[in-house]
Amino acid sequence: MSKQMTGAQMVVKALRDQGVDTIFGYPGGAVLPIYDEIFQQAEIKHILVRHEQAAVHAAEGYARSTGKPGVALVTSGPGATNAVTGLTDALMDSIPIVVLSGQVPTFMIGSDAFQEADTVGITRPCTKHNWLVKETDRLPKVLHEAFHVATSGRPGPVLVDIPKDIQFANGHYTGPKQVETSHYQPKLKGDAEAIEQLVDLMERAERPIFYTGGGVINSGPAASQLLRELVDATGFPITSTLMGLGAYPASGAKWLGMLGMHGLYEANMAMHGCDLMINVGARFDDRITGVISAFSPRSTKVHIDIDPSSINKVVKADVPILGDVGHVLEDALRLWKARGRKTNAGAVQKWWGQIEEWRKIDCLKFTQSGPTIKPQHALARLEALTKDHDRYICTEVGQHQMWAAQYLGFEAPNRWMTSGGLGTMGYGFPASIGVQVAHPEALVINVAGEASWLMNMQEMGTAAQYRLPVKQFILNNERLGMVRQWQELLHGERYSHSWSEALPDFVKLAEAFGAKGIQCSDPDDLDEAIKEMLAYDGPVVFDCLVEKHENCFPMIPSGKAHNDMLLGDAETQGVIDAKGSVLV
Amino acid sequence: MSALKLKKGSTSHSAYNLRPNFSDVQERHTLAVLVDNEAGVLARVIGLFSGRGYNIESLTVAEVDHEGHTSRITVVTTGTPQVIEQIKAQLGRIVSVRDVHDLTVEGKPVERELALFKVAGTGDKRIEALRLAEIFRANVVDSTLDSFVFEITGDVGKIEAFADLMRPIGLVEMARTGVAALARGAE
Repeated sequence: MSKQMTGAQMVVKALRDQGVDTIFGYPGGAVLPIYDEIFQQAEIKHILVRHEQAAVHAAEGYARSTGKPGVALVTSGPGATNAVTGLTDALMDSIPIVVLSGQVPTFMIGSDAFQEADTVGITRPCTKHNWLVKETDRLPKVLHEAFHVATSGRPGPVLVDIPKDIQFANGHYTGPKQVETSHYQPKLKGDAEAIEQLVDLMERAERPIFYTGGGVINSGPAASQLLRELVDATGFPITSTLMGLGAYPASGAKWLGMLGMHGLYEANMAMHGCDLMINVGARFDDRITGVISAFSPRSTKVHIDIDPSSINKVVKADVPILGDVGHVLEDALRLWKARGRKTNAGAVQKWWGQIEEWRKIDCLKFTQSGPTIKPQHALARLEALTKDHDRYICTEVGQHQMWAAQYLGFEAPNRWMTSGGLGTMGYGFPASIGVQVAHPEALVINVAGEASWLMNMQEMGTAAQYRLPVKQFILNNERLGMVRQWQELLHGERYSHSWSEALPDFVKLAEAFGAKGIQCSDPDDLDEAIKEMLAYDGPVVFDCLVEKHENCFPMIPSGKAHNDMLLGDAETQGVIDAKGSVLV
Repeated sequence: MSALKLKKGSTSHSAYNLRPNFSDVQERHTLAVLVDNEAGVLARVIGLFSGRGYNIESLTVAEVDHEGHTSRITVVTTGTPQVIEQIKAQLGRIVSVRDVHDLTVEGKPVERELALFKVAGTGDKRIEALRLAEIFRANVVDSTLDSFVFEITGDVGKIEAFADLMRPIGLVEMARTGVAALARGAE
């Protein structure tokens, strides 16, 4: 059933056979044959970005919001090197994306040809796998394999490097079904004995907590559904990492809020004090654990993860369960029900009593007073005015990202796109473009800081060209807020290069691209301004001038434990000791 | 300690022997890594070690199955039990890696290395070099009037011992292959 066609035709055919409807890309010499094929078809939509980094972030936004792999197409040399940040971001956050890069023709590889780079060499450590295709006949197999690897097991980015002569040459096309299945087949079912042990612990635990992560989202909507069922049936409290927000609804009765460095007081205290920690698809990241030696010292730790290298990497798991979150939760729920739905209800109720005490601290409280908008207030109003919309939120990286995680509520998975592991400033704007392309009718907001946003502001061109109504909600404090906060806390308030003296007029900038710009500085005008943003059918840059020196709390200072949080500005000097200050 | 004591041995039959004791003791392990013999696969393995700060004491690689296009990489590495577990898990998730065997855990493996030694000298030194070579069962593979090249096979300790003895006699240069290893027994 093979068919003769050129390598470039194979690329388009393989994408179609893989169910791809959208790709993000930027043309160049080494991918011209593929662009020629894209020109001659209508099934796959190509979104022209303004920088290859943005193509990859847009593909990530597409992938995170749909659960399908995102696809980016870039040229050789600088096109490929510009994709590196996006690839690394996707690797850290386990996002399935397929990047296709052009390469100089095979007979010129190694000659320092124009726009030549060792793309597979450069991207080897920042992809889950990559391929350089040197024979046209192998191209379809590699492309199908690329989608398989990107989406199987722990998802991640892959790259296929395609020399220009391979794109021109003829070969036999084979469809996904004709290609033999790869030996790469990660295990999905968890070990029955380990799951039984988990259920046994759940029945006896006095102070249990679910600690969930991005793995629940990656496992698919069914995993989130199972998690909700299990949490609600057992009545155990649940907290989540930044990456896992939305798997359990923020309005749910058992929700403690996000945990970690800027997590909620009650969530971190509960992590510290629990006797059973059920880690579901999270990886004990250093933003989560604080100092390892004092991390949740009295708990038995169960760790569900599809990646064997995540288990025992940082924190020793007492009960490791290797498998897909959805499969493991399904088995655990079934077994727990079959054994009579037992919990140590009295003790768990007492545990909730303790948690309610912690909640009374009200760690996110703030007072909006005076003529300046507090960033927390801006997000609280944004939440109030948009929570009933069909809403997707992206963020950049920094204080605004943490405030967004704290003050916005996520009711469903795949609604929250943020750069967690790599912390990529400049992620949010292109990601919001990818999300909006995937969900044309939805409200897509990128909560940004002005500094992050400027890192990929060229994407205004993309938003304007495709009339993508993305809302860029910029909390403008004219500072690198998180850098400033750290300089205040551990560098003696010496604010070395953490502000900009040459910010653009964001309203004029938006207008220069044919978009709408709104500036708001008065708390009394905020609601009307947000409503104006929502009402506008097109891209909006919302320049929200906020308090310049607001710090993000609660905060677990570097080198400290979960029960050693800073709650406010009162005593922040000298809290980070010399050992803590070398940590990032 | 937690009140939620795990039942002893309750996962003894489990395939999830993923519980290293988090001790600080450095262990030396010989790993056999079976990989698809494709471009860049060695770079993937080496890049993993350098990128994550693991040690490589010795590394050998060659295709062992021409039909199946698989190569065998033998890596000798050191680390705490936790690090060794991590190395195995990280190797295991490289897409081109088919299988990872920890030969040290599976029983003391047969380990052999081949080395070539160039020893220069005349008179008594020359005779002494030959005598020692005989004791170590090293072969002379090249000879001039004032030099030998010896070929020696053995475990790392034997080769190191031979080198130590040859050094005062006139060791000029040596080349070593690194360790090749197989598990003992029929399987």
